Amino acid sequence: MTEKVKVRIDGEVIAATAGQTILEVARASNTYIPALCYMEGLSAVGACRLCMVEISGVGRLQPACTTPVQEGLAVVTSSPQLQAYRKIALELLFAERNHICAVCVSSGHCELQTLAQDHGVKYVRYPYSFPRLPIDVSHPRYVLDHNRCILCSRCVRACAEIEGAHVWDVAGRGTQSMLVSEMKRPWGEATSCTSCGKCVQACPTGAMAEKGWGVEEMTKHRTTVSRLTSMREGS
Amino acid sequence: MDRVKIGTCWLDGCSGCHMSLLDIDEGIVAVLRKADIVFGPLVDAQEWPEGVDVAVIEGAVSSQADLALAQTARARSRIVVALGDCAVTGNVPSMRNGIPVRSLLERVYVEGASAQPGVPTDGVPALLKHAQPLHESIKVDVHVPGCPPKPNAILLVLSELLEGRTPDPGSKLRFG
Repeated sequence: MTEKVKVRIDGEVIAATAGQTILEVARASNTYIPALCYMEGLSAVGACRLCMVEISGVGRLQPACTTPVQEGLAVVTSSPQLQAYRKIALELLFAERNHICAVCVSSGHCELQTLAQDHGVKYVRYPYSFPRLPIDVSHPRYVLDHNRCILCSRCVRACAEIEGAHVWDVAGRGTQSMLVSEMKRPWGEATSCTSCGKCVQACPTGAMAEKGWGVEEMTKHRTTVSRLTSMREGS
Repeated sequence: MDRVKIGTCWLDGCSGCHMSLLDIDEGIVAVLRKADIVFGPLVDAQEWPEGVDVAVIEGAVSSQADLALAQTARARSRIVVALGDCAVTGNVPSMRNGIPVRSLLERVYVEGASAQPGVPTDGVPALLKHAQPLHESIKVDVHVPGCPPKPNAILLVLSELLEGRTPDPGSKLRFG
């Protein structure tokens, strides 16, 4: 069941358990790999492409969050090439929607903003698409601003996997993809929503926030979802 | 040694970046020991002069006048600094970009007017389709994000440029 394997992460030999992902092993051994769509306690989907790593003997980059470790695996988590790709991924996220950090409730507490700062993103090389997107304020306690959504689907998974309500889904294709609540009903009319707010706490940006906060005022409890999962698993 | 010529200008922004520039406190004295500010909201010059060393540009490129001034500044300056989020990302001025210009102006100046409704045309430059970051119109050499950028980041950038080095404000800066 719990087969032990040895892997190398950035040259260091680390004991891991078969079935763990590269990201889990790396984080457990204090090696930081950036990620936006990954959240401890939720299933991994490999959507944001920030956790891409180099695996020796494998010709292309692999997402650390969905790649399981195996005996003898050797991983490089940071290189000039990886940093360049991560920077591109971040810039494309900014170019895709209207992330106006200056007027965001989550500014200063935003994972996207922080990662951009960490990766030296000083401007976006790609043309902004400036889409016209709605803001759903129909819920009495929470607000959904599609302009700031990066489609990481952490809210979708937190709602479906932890709360068991599955209010959220991603509809559409490509740049037309949108987060939808309950078959495209306004959030406030979604009868399966329990108003628990786990989606809000799971959201890495200011796309989901509690009502009533001003610019820079919305801080989130990042560990809520992870803690609920570990309580459920009794660990 | 020749004195360095700095020009500043304020396109579609709120002037907050210029406030932050003034907020470098006594740092401005050190800057002005080596440099003259030859154009901008802080001085009287009517036209962007030739032979400027450092152009510091605040604001998004939002109107034909913004575009013309940005292009003049670029043509007559050695180094262009995009100062603040509006110049770097489009920021708040770009929030109008999802709305067609005509509907936007009519919403504000006709539907929203309590007296003398009508879209102004005399003496005001025409709006461009989008408020764009500066680098979409002209080549930018140094980007300084922030809304506004922290005074110490601005001082660092200016000091490095005055020493003839390329500034790298590193992780001091972020959007917003």
